Amino acid sequence: MRGYISYFKTVLLTNLQYKIAALAGLCTQFFWGFLQIFIYEAFYEGVGDNAPIVYGDLVDYVWLQQAFFALIYIRHRDDELANSIKNGQIAYELVRPYNLYFWWYIKCIAKKYASVALRFFPIIFTALLLPEPYNLSSPDSLVAFLLFLLALVLGSLVLTGIIVILQNIMFFTLEDKGINSVINTIAELLAGLILPIPLLPDVLKAIASALPFRLIGDLSFRIYSGNIPIKEATINILFQLLWICILVIVGYLLTKKSTKKLQIQGG
Amino acid sequence: MYISVKNLNKTFKIQTKKKGLLNAIKAFIKPKYREVKAVDDISFSINKGEIVGLIGPNGAGKSTTIKMLCGILYPDSGECMVAGLNPFEDRKKYTSKLGVVFGQKSQLWWDIPVIESFELLKNIYKIPEDEYKKTKNDLVEKLDIKKILDVPVRQLSLGQRMRCEIVASLLHNPEILFLDEPTIGLDAISKVQLRQFIKEINKDRKITIILTTHDMTDIEQLAKRVMVIGKGKLLYDGSLKAIKTKFQSSKKLEIIYNSLKEIPNVKSKIIEQDSKRILFEVENNSKETISNIIEKFSKVCQIEDINIYENNIDNIILELYKEYEI
Repeated sequence: MRGYISYFKTVLLTNLQYKIAALAGLCTQFFWGFLQIFIYEAFYEGVGDNAPIVYGDLVDYVWLQQAFFALIYIRHRDDELANSIKNGQIAYELVRPYNLYFWWYIKCIAKKYASVALRFFPIIFTALLLPEPYNLSSPDSLVAFLLFLLALVLGSLVLTGIIVILQNIMFFTLEDKGINSVINTIAELLAGLILPIPLLPDVLKAIASALPFRLIGDLSFRIYSGNIPIKEATINILFQLLWICILVIVGYLLTKKSTKKLQIQGG
Repeated sequence: MYISVKNLNKTFKIQTKKKGLLNAIKAFIKPKYREVKAVDDISFSINKGEIVGLIGPNGAGKSTTIKMLCGILYPDSGECMVAGLNPFEDRKKYTSKLGVVFGQKSQLWWDIPVIESFELLKNIYKIPEDEYKKTKNDLVEKLDIKKILDVPVRQLSLGQRMRCEIVASLLHNPEILFLDEPTIGLDAISKVQLRQFIKEINKDRKITIILTTHDMTDIEQLAKRVMVIGKGKLLYDGSLKAIKTKFQSSKKLEIIYNSLKEIPNVKSKIIEQDSKRILFEVENNSKETISNIIEKFSKVCQIEDINIYENNIDNIILELYKEYEI
């Protein structure tokens, strides 16, 4: 455990030094946030009060999405592991007394938290101060806020579980761009990253509810604004725990299998 | 036996593509594979505390063999036991006994200072603090890296980095050390330092060392025992001396002289001759020794200089590869 914790710290601290990248990211996040909010504004003027999610909740949703971008975007992952498989650097990881699966898991999640640590505060702070109706409102209740935090953290564990499984594909194909761009797009749609889940057509809603993607970010953001009531939220958090277990077991077994098939590239 | 390898095999599938668009389309629809036997039925055993050099041309299967011994690659068939453990099945337990340096890769974290990489390794291997300090200080002193401990790895020169790599591989006091081309790309001084150090740790800590290299001086200075691998097969396993004796059947003798009237009667073959010098090939087993020839010349002329050329180790290995057709 000591090794994993120390590695988590190292990755976190190493990634905290990329301040310029964080600043650039911050600008992008603000840009996208405003863009989405303005589009929804135009959209909501036509819909009236019949929308499945009220405009204020939607604005919260957008800002939270931008603030915790790194924790919820499936595309937000580095290709270090992919590269280490491509260039054979992976050889060193296999002579260490740690479990590869958990090692990669830690690495992936540490980078996510480093990235979020640099960005979330300015976004949340600014979004809270914006004039109505463009601002981030305060959470629905204290309970909702605590559940939001829990669901957000669990959501990042779900996401990391998915990412490590996707990274394992590299062992078999050596090239992950093709297959992953398909998976990424489907996952983003079903995670509510393109449109929040309540705005999806019923068929997609049904599919999304059966899959883990909506548990990554959509769940926690809607808990925050009260769009998902406390009771339903609790049930969904249990779902998160269930999915984390499933994903970790699958990823663990897959890693065990894929390392047997490993070839070290580049001599 | 400390290391025992029996009938080890590893085959890689390589996709083959012919050039041209049509062939590219064909390969897309039905890729063709060729099987390459990287390691073909290799068996050997090594005692504790030995230094063994693995040599062979590029792509011979040296690194693959080492990687199977490290538990990185899974063998197709065959048995492989190191220190009573199966490297792949008992991977976690085995790694604490094992130190590895791949000359072409890095085990240090690129962005952080060297010392932090060491600290991280300390935690990974769960090395007790006092033991870690002792080992680290000892290694840091021996390899003279104290000044660069605070420097991020990406800013080190290759020679500096390689010394740090070696320290990193030894922090947990392994019983066995695999060095895969440790001197690749290093300058002369770094090479000499590194060899000296490897000799020392082998002697002081009784570490078993297996190294692959293309630098025959490494082998000459470090390994009494050599294994030659070619086309995946173990072709020779024995002392370097035996190879030398076999392929070094003669030496060359060059005499530079002044005012020579007549060449004395010498049985050895003359390879080159002009007005100032003469070059002989002297067979090792001939009755006429080099000193005999020099003596004969000293009587008839004034000798200005004498050079004796041995077939160098690179050429010997070249002949060896030629003989094995690899």
